[in-house]
Amino acid sequence: MKLSEKAEEILEALWIAVEEGGAAFLDPEKMDFPADDPAYRELTGYAMIEIRQGMIYFRPEGINEGKMTIRRHRLAERLMMDVLNIRGDDGEFKACQFEHLLNEGADVKVCTMLNHPTTCPHGKPIPPGECCAQARAEGDLGVVPLTEFKSGQEGEIAYIQTEDNKKMQKLMAMGVLPGNKIVLVQAYPSYIFRVGYSEFAIDTNLAKEIFVRK
Amino acid sequence: MATCCSKQTETTFSGNARKVALVGNPNVGKSVLFNALTGAYVTVSNYPGTSVEVSRGNATVNGQQWEVIDTPGMYSIHTITEEERVAREILLHETPDLVIHVLDARNLERMLAMTIQLIEAGLPVILVVNIMDEAERMGLSIDLELLQQKLGIPVIGAATARKRGIDEIRAAMSAYRCPCEQQRFEYSRLLERDINEVAGLMQSDYILSRRALALLLLQQDEEITELVSQREGDGYAALAEKVREIAFDRRESFHLDLSLERNEMGRRIVNGVFFAPEKRVVTAAERLSRLAVQPLTGMPMLLIVLYFGLYQFVGVFGAGTVVDFLEKQIFVEIFNPWITSTIKALIPWEVIQELFVGEYGIITLGIRYAVGIILPIVATFFIFFSFLEDTGYFPRLALLVDRLFKHFGMSGRAVIPMVLGFGCDTMATMVTRTLETTRERIIATILLSLAIPCSAQLGVIMSLLSKFPGALAVWGGCLLLLFIVVGMLSARILPGEAPMFYMEIPPMRLPQVGNVITKTYTRMQWYFMEILPLFVLASVLLWLGKITGFFEVMINAMTPVMASIGLPRETAVAFIFGFFRRDYGAAGLYELQTKGLMDARQLTVAAVTLTLFIPCVAQFLIMKKERGWKVAGAIGIFVSLFAFGSGYVLNKALLVTGLLS
Repeated sequence: MKLSEKAEEILEALWIAVEEGGAAFLDPEKMDFPADDPAYRELTGYAMIEIRQGMIYFRPEGINEGKMTIRRHRLAERLMMDVLNIRGDDGEFKACQFEHLLNEGADVKVCTMLNHPTTCPHGKPIPPGECCAQARAEGDLGVVPLTEFKSGQEGEIAYIQTEDNKKMQKLMAMGVLPGNKIVLVQAYPSYIFRVGYSEFAIDTNLAKEIFVRK
Repeated sequence: MATCCSKQTETTFSGNARKVALVGNPNVGKSVLFNALTGAYVTVSNYPGTSVEVSRGNATVNGQQWEVIDTPGMYSIHTITEEERVAREILLHETPDLVIHVLDARNLERMLAMTIQLIEAGLPVILVVNIMDEAERMGLSIDLELLQQKLGIPVIGAATARKRGIDEIRAAMSAYRCPCEQQRFEYSRLLERDINEVAGLMQSDYILSRRALALLLLQQDEEITELVSQREGDGYAALAEKVREIAFDRRESFHLDLSLERNEMGRRIVNGVFFAPEKRVVTAAERLSRLAVQPLTGMPMLLIVLYFGLYQFVGVFGAGTVVDFLEKQIFVEIFNPWITSTIKALIPWEVIQELFVGEYGIITLGIRYAVGIILPIVATFFIFFSFLEDTGYFPRLALLVDRLFKHFGMSGRAVIPMVLGFGCDTMATMVTRTLETTRERIIATILLSLAIPCSAQLGVIMSLLSKFPGALAVWGGCLLLLFIVVGMLSARILPGEAPMFYMEIPPMRLPQVGNVITKTYTRMQWYFMEILPLFVLASVLLWLGKITGFFEVMINAMTPVMASIGLPRETAVAFIFGFFRRDYGAAGLYELQTKGLMDARQLTVAAVTLTLFIPCVAQFLIMKKERGWKVAGAIGIFVSLFAFGSGYVLNKALLVTGLLS
């Protein structure tokens, strides 16, 4: 089952109104498109919503779908802001487009990469997915800055996040490349890590910019 | 692709010396190989980034003359730091007939990225897989035969520090023929297209292949962009446009993509070539290394190193025992009386006699100071420093103090010039070049010229104040306090970003005696070439000043200044000495103290003021060379004012508190 973009937007609006706003239903007037849009029929066809007296209500099957849709939207927002550094209206707009791509497991990947965030950039909660619960159960820290590693811990470099191109190149020349194995040897007074058979020392600021996964 | 071969043939048969450049990552043994090939001595160290300058030497290999060029370490052909730029200059402008890429066997995969770049640039490359001995000790094995096949260039395994593989390298050098068909390393389809588009727009001939230049242009390498724009002339506009277009398209991750692709190539090459044991072998050196970098064990270790190395060996042995013997027994008792009577017998004119053997005579003062006092102290210090350097302790010290040094606006890297400064501030000022930012270099230069006494000065001052332990404590406390205050202030005041710290940590090694001696010897040689002329010059000037009466005028002029900081007028002489070299000045104080002209307070004030006072002429000249007139001048004025100001305050403080009286 793949819903249309409009159908997903209806679900989102409904979920926010009902689950977060405490309302019982959503007035289709509040949507940007007319009440006779085929998207409504699509949703009623899947038995996710029902329309009574012109108002939209959740059916039990729709609540979960709405939750997942909201989750994808807010994950997309986080992605825009944290990783791609696109903020403000532009970020919001891009997130709205991007969220529709986050299906069929892509949301799990993004969620894991963002290290299972719990809130969106506006401070609203991101409904947890299965991956979040699993990560919590396993105590999996996911992708974290090198500063979060314990001495002796081994992992794989996920990505480098720095605005400074020169720094990035320096790190790459030292063998800090995504996919390479990394061992944190010591965390104080400086970070010492090992890649291959070489050891390097870096300061906290640089260590914060190297993201690793266990 | 065989751009190199066509150019080489001419020089091969012309009878001129052929050129070979040694390149590679920092600290892989390029300089050791250089020494082995040429029989010359370049300072070799277990410290990344020590060869700041390019060394050249000659070698005869199977009757063939070679000019060997040792380059500073570089991580990639796309250069970031100053040293890397210096290294690439050689490749760009000197047309070496052969390039020997030296790499560390243990990090074959990572370092192959640069071999690939060199081959790709169409350079005539031989690969030396070095440090095989340590790799074997860790249980690694490398199939060099297969590696040679995969790379399509000669590959030699070596352990240059153990003289292993040197003959094979010589043989490979004289047997080298440029392969007609160079191995081509393919990038992804997309990147290949970009490279071809850019390379296709180039018209001129270059030393590096167009393929390599295209990649460098896409990496926005300024120097290469400049070079290509000059060579291409009118055609450059189209090329620049293309580069801009592609660079913009791939702006998100060009550097990363390229590095990843090269990393992948390296991975494919070492597959089947490089074998590591399942379990990492932890060597004894590694265990010692762990102890050195943990604060709890590292700090006591530092204190032990300082106590035995600096205090016992340099201070007590060098500045005490050896100086006593050389200066007192040899010079004062035997040599000076002898030379004085000889000169007096040879030269009848008293004025000329004075020049050589008088109070400020070239021999009786200049040479005596240089050889009798300064030489033993500096020699013992350099032995200590070279030994420590070769163990690989300094990078560990650097990471240990990085946090602390950040408060002074410097990264841990600056610990090396600071420690070296205790040997010779002039040399240390030169080494500040290895620091990343101009801001850091300026702060280090200020602190070196102000608060770090050099070994010669340190030795003299220690023996000067040793009779008054309180004075020694006050002197040490003052310097430490000023170091901290000035460091923290300059970190706040000077504009610019806080420095970042990154450093490769080489394995700990037991230094080889020969290497330590060689290194000490070259440093001593440099030191003497620099200071002896100055000592002689100082003697001549002082002699001139004395016979013309100008000296007396100077002393009179300085008397009020001396009086304001509570010192007898005779100390002016020491300060005038001090202008030439700080240790010279300190030695002057030593003279005054032996004559019993100063009490503990005055000695302390004089010692502190003189330590802070203007750096010696040589250091000032190096400061000017490294930092430029403006900065050097500003530092000079600041330091002088600060020195006398501190002397004034200290004198008042000692008078008021009654300390030391």
